[in-house]
Amino acid sequence: MKNWIAGAALALAAMTGQAYADGHGDYPERPIMMMVSYGAGGATDFQARIVTMTAGNEDALGMPIAIVNRPGAGGRVGWNWLATEAEADGYTLGAYNIPHFVAQSIEGGVSYSTDSFEPIANWGADPAVFVVGADSAFNSMEDVVNYANENPGGLTFSGAGLFVGHHIAALQLEKAAGVKLAYIPNNAGGAGAMRAVIAGEVLGGVNNLSDAFRAQAAGNVKILGVFDLERNTEFLPDVPTMVEQGFDIDNASVNFRGVMVPKGTPQPIIDKLAATVPAMFENSRVQSRMAAGGSPMQIMTRDEVLEMWAARQETLEELLAGL
Amino acid sequence: MEFLYYMGDVFTPINFGLLLLGTIGGLILGATPGLSPTMAVALLIPFTFQLEPQQGLILLGAAYTSTVAGGAVSAILLKIPGAPANIATTLDGHAMATKGEGAKALQLSFISSAVGGVFGVLLLIFLTPVLAQWALAFGPSHLFWLAILGVTVIGTLDSSSVVKGLLSGCIGLWLATIGFDDIMGAQRFIFHPAVSGGINVIPALIGLFAIPQVITMFTKGRSSDDAEIISVQKHPIRLAFVEVFKRKMALTIGTVTGSIIGLIPGVGGQIAGLVAYDQSKKFSKESEKFGTGHSEGVIAAESANNAMVGPSLVPLLTLSIPGSPTAAVLLGGLLIHGIFPGPDLFMNYPQVAWTFIDSMLIGQILMCIFGLYIAGFAANVARVPHAVMAAIVLGLAVFGSYSVQNSMGDVYVMATLGLAMYFLERFGFSAAPLVLGLILGPIAEANFIQGSMIANATVGTGTYFFTGWLNWFLILIVLASISYSIWMEIMSRRYTTKDDAVAKEEALS
Repeated sequence: MKNWIAGAALALAAMTGQAYADGHGDYPERPIMMMVSYGAGGATDFQARIVTMTAGNEDALGMPIAIVNRPGAGGRVGWNWLATEAEADGYTLGAYNIPHFVAQSIEGGVSYSTDSFEPIANWGADPAVFVVGADSAFNSMEDVVNYANENPGGLTFSGAGLFVGHHIAALQLEKAAGVKLAYIPNNAGGAGAMRAVIAGEVLGGVNNLSDAFRAQAAGNVKILGVFDLERNTEFLPDVPTMVEQGFDIDNASVNFRGVMVPKGTPQPIIDKLAATVPAMFENSRVQSRMAAGGSPMQIMTRDEVLEMWAARQETLEELLAGL
Repeated sequence: MEFLYYMGDVFTPINFGLLLLGTIGGLILGATPGLSPTMAVALLIPFTFQLEPQQGLILLGAAYTSTVAGGAVSAILLKIPGAPANIATTLDGHAMATKGEGAKALQLSFISSAVGGVFGVLLLIFLTPVLAQWALAFGPSHLFWLAILGVTVIGTLDSSSVVKGLLSGCIGLWLATIGFDDIMGAQRFIFHPAVSGGINVIPALIGLFAIPQVITMFTKGRSSDDAEIISVQKHPIRLAFVEVFKRKMALTIGTVTGSIIGLIPGVGGQIAGLVAYDQSKKFSKESEKFGTGHSEGVIAAESANNAMVGPSLVPLLTLSIPGSPTAAVLLGGLLIHGIFPGPDLFMNYPQVAWTFIDSMLIGQILMCIFGLYIAGFAANVARVPHAVMAAIVLGLAVFGSYSVQNSMGDVYVMATLGLAMYFLERFGFSAAPLVLGLILGPIAEANFIQGSMIANATVGTGTYFFTGWLNWFLILIVLASISYSIWMEIMSRRYTTKDDAVAKEEALS
């Protein structure tokens, strides 16, 4: 009898153990939350809402994804929360912005690094571009750099803040052109930086391709160059890259946006998300909404993102070492 | 007059239905503490996915206008400003409600909101190209001086003494430095993870205004429950209209100040109400009545914060730059339908753009009608027994602070600030200057740093901050404001005597 009970208990334990190991088969069983570390209405928030709108479909996750904003300190507040306080149960996702969080972790003072998160998939890539006011005398990057050579440290140009894509682009330009520039970080993000250019408070600015494209369409700015490996054929086929204009600048400043989970999330859940989420981004409704909003998409799988994160970590460590 | 041509589109059954839905929903969301206009509009964006662009924008536009006005309801009845825009409304509005004049205060606030709102939207319709230039005129140096102008208001705002007003303003300025700084990313005074993102204004507002009042209600206990019977007076709507238009000065100052300040990107909504309140207090013949439940205070504050709605959209619609967080959310609502705002918006999508603006115009009037309708019985809130009321306000305060970013940290911040404010109020300090410091601190600091970075790279700090007519104009107003305060202080020798403190204590309880 004793043996029988022991056996039953063992069997039960084995069964629950089994059930536990496979318990993620039904994932997700309830709605999922996705943290966006920027405020409602910003580009990351706006895109995150579009790319997750089909999550509830049967062919996607079958459960809706709700966006929760935790803005503050250039994203540090939200990513700190995701790394230290969020539950790693697969029901808490986060949106990432590369190179922002990698650069911030290298700068220090935050409790996360690339090791704190597991990427799931990438949805978008928004390159930085150099803009000047519509009536500016500058017509190419050469004009800009010539001015900077004549007035060392006197070329003022705006960007969304320190240790974000725009700042990285500014550092790269400074290094590649071998001149000293005056980068003015704006406290009101990309929109504030763009306003400073249009109002003529600064001579130029680094901004997101998607926002610059709209500002150019509105006749407010000229776009002089793209901080990427190739031209953007969809939105700005006529704007040359920095390399074409003789500056050795790669795509380290391109703002990649995607989905990640905190470290410690069970592997079966990561696998399931990594398999379904890229397909969800491919949805034609998502694609058409993103195109309508002027947001360039670049869908990458988990493995590709892991590679991209590692590459960024290396480039940024080198670039920021001199600061 | 193109806007009249598209006026008909507002009244198709579906569009008008959405307009009603947006207006009523907006009033309810606005009256809920913690749900600011920005949040309300963001909550509605997913619903517009399924709608036509025109319909989606009607819903968003109506919700925006009525949440701003709805914030006055909780400000007046519960002394919880729904959003920073409604801070000034609490000063006189809640005093009126405790006197049993809640219905009158609500009616005044909705009528003056509508007057200010309609004026603001008309400015948007007729003067957009001119206003767009004005919105671009404010660079870092001007915004810095503007913030300093706000600081000079601190001393004279709702306080028994200028010194105490300035002191509580300084506490606010200090609180504003907590967290990562906006530009350089340096960490300051982060002693607990809850404040790593800085002190969020909305939980701070709720804590500073609502919690001292809750504690006061609890401390009075049961004994005085039946001793105090507030008779809620009925107030005919006709008289409210007469009152609003009799107070021409307050209405004009509120509307004009709100429209001008609303235009300035990044500053607008939060301080329009407070600046208008302060200005009309200075110009009023009965300035000593302000703060005791005076109708001019409500009229100036509410006409200002709704007048700001129309002009605040000018930078978005003409330059494609969102000038306020709410405008940023609206930009998302436009982009999702593939509509790029900009100078040709009215040429490419006249049907969408004009109908959107028309719906805001009609929305103001609908909002006023509904507001007046609910004002009568909403005022009965003042009759709820203190014990029950305290529990309800406390519940709303926790809910409101939590809902801002789903964070318990904000609730702790709210509770801590509220508790501290309870003791500060015992010593004659008041919450309004403190909040103003909290709001103005980051604006002054960020713009000073940005301005001096530009200045160092170009013309030098002195030249940058002290040349140009706009800089000098703002500096002159700053000087005028300071001298006025000093002169008033000397004239009336405002002190907090023991008797004053006792009187204030009694007024509070």
